[in-house]
Amino acid sequence: MGRYVLRRLVQLVPVFLGTTFLIYLLVWAIPGDPFAGKCGDRPCPDAYITRMRAEFHLDDNVVVQYARYLGNLVQGDFGQTFNGTSVGALIAAAYPVTVRLALVALLIEAVIGLAAGVLTGLRSGGYLDNLVLVSTLFLIAIPVFVTGYVLQTVLGLRLGLISPTVSPAAGFGELIVPGFVLGSLSMAYVARLTRTSIAENRRTDYVRTAVAKGLTPRRVVGVHLLRNSAIPVVTFLGVDLGSLMGGAIVTEGIFNIRGVGGLIFRSIQTKEGATVTGVVVLLVVVYLLMNLLVDVLYAVLDPRIRYD
Amino acid sequence: MTDPASLGTAGPLAEASHDLVAGPAATTDGPERPRSLAADAWHDLRRRPLFLLSVGLIAVLLVLAAVPQLFTSVDPSAGDLARSRQAPSAQAWFGYDLLGRDVFARTIHGTRVSIIVGVLATTLTVLIGGSMGLLAGFYGGWIDGMLSRFADVFFGLPFVLGAIVILSTFRESVGAGPVGITALVVLTMSALSWPVTMRIMRSAAIAARNQDYVRAARGLGASAPRVIWRHMLPNCLAPVLVYATIALGAFIGTEATLSFLGIGLRDPVVSWGVMISEARDYLRVAPFLLLFPAAFLAVTVLAFVMLGDAVREAFDPKGR
Repeated sequence: MGRYVLRRLVQLVPVFLGTTFLIYLLVWAIPGDPFAGKCGDRPCPDAYITRMRAEFHLDDNVVVQYARYLGNLVQGDFGQTFNGTSVGALIAAAYPVTVRLALVALLIEAVIGLAAGVLTGLRSGGYLDNLVLVSTLFLIAIPVFVTGYVLQTVLGLRLGLISPTVSPAAGFGELIVPGFVLGSLSMAYVARLTRTSIAENRRTDYVRTAVAKGLTPRRVVGVHLLRNSAIPVVTFLGVDLGSLMGGAIVTEGIFNIRGVGGLIFRSIQTKEGATVTGVVVLLVVVYLLMNLLVDVLYAVLDPRIRYD
Repeated sequence: MTDPASLGTAGPLAEASHDLVAGPAATTDGPERPRSLAADAWHDLRRRPLFLLSVGLIAVLLVLAAVPQLFTSVDPSAGDLARSRQAPSAQAWFGYDLLGRDVFARTIHGTRVSIIVGVLATTLTVLIGGSMGLLAGFYGGWIDGMLSRFADVFFGLPFVLGAIVILSTFRESVGAGPVGITALVVLTMSALSWPVTMRIMRSAAIAARNQDYVRAARGLGASAPRVIWRHMLPNCLAPVLVYATIALGAFIGTEATLSFLGIGLRDPVVSWGVMISEARDYLRVAPFLLLFPAAFLAVTVLAFVMLGDAVREAFDPKGR
């Protein structure tokens, strides 16, 4: 196992370099003046532009710039925005909110999705089964921003049950509805995946053996069936957490959550290249590591899978 | 359909595609003549209400896209500020938007762009991902390693994030014409989602490479291109096509999301996403502006997802 993880980590290096270089190139090497509109109504004075270009090394070759950026990154320095704010500080302020939102969304989709999947997988063909199948289809078909706006309008503005926007502190309680919106799509996938998986494993020999041994249905389902059926679901949830941490730009925008998605959206629009590259680099690392974690977890859950 | 996860639904799909590949060519027992997998699936599909329903819906949508003039004679871009945000009435079934344009006409005309974007993005994704996956799976070795790492680079980019960066970078360079704007959105979506198709195709190709018919063909002296084109491709296509059906629906939803964020399609293009993004600021005073394009969008995505579901089940021998 250790050797496998090591090999995967080594494989991550070229992927990491490729992805970050791609982003760096897109953000920095494209023609267009990053200082346009930075000085109010009048164009920026030449002296200022010259000084800034020198300070940010914008006249160097893009490969040299990228190498310098990587060098700083290895030392934990994400660089600075044009007005001198440290990108690291910006990320440190925004990222905890995004992580909280992602965790709430993951919890909601795992609990509801698994429960719906187990219930319908055990009794397929009934009323509940059809209800879940149809409602998951609708969840998949309706775009997230529609769900978000509808819930915000109905729960927040018409009924007044929740605050329509989330406060800067963004506690767990406030994030329940946004988390539901964010996780709704994956919830549908989790429910369907669990249902298929349970329905498939329900007729296997080890379940029959467990029933024949006289185990209670609770134990058969909870231990024997669920553990074996959980493998594809765990894979999906892990990859999903990776992408949820990538910032839910749409959900954060609707509920005015000060997370990393909003940060990156604003910085792209104001051409703050340092922030964009910094956040994307971080997110790519998180995403890649989550994928690795899922593969490792796979072997823990299912002892039949061996990597060495 | 907003999150990268939706396009990376490799989870359930990869599972399904695995079965598809591993499954032997289905043969029916009994005195009946054995049918091929595709014929069997077709036989099965014709009896499914879900399949018939989704095909019916898609047929209607295609007619809408092809000849919108049949359903409305109003110009979708003709605005009259005097009727700004008027509620639905007998004259304009879906009401008027902020600039006084007929929402019904815009929704009908928007079908074409939404469908075109979905179809083109899917086609590109299948072509790029499919051919690279086929090559990687067939040759293996360093070609496979290189192509797979190359795909990983694009796979590592979260979808919406990557799309925002690409779209806002090239926004200025495509100009203001509808063709340029649409092409940029299509290219961006395919550039970020081809790795999924590649992985599906690659695993199908790896499974097919060691099958007897491929060995036989090579033993008879067939060239590599011929083996790939005549023998591997027809046998690896099913899982990719199933994925493509679902992805088509997903792409239409993604287009709407990107337009909603203000970076996808934009005026003068008329699409559901553009309409939704224009409607969002007036949600409280004029909810119908959001309702109608969003309903059309949801029904379209639903139709394609249902079709994909039905086709996948039909092609999966385990489900019978």
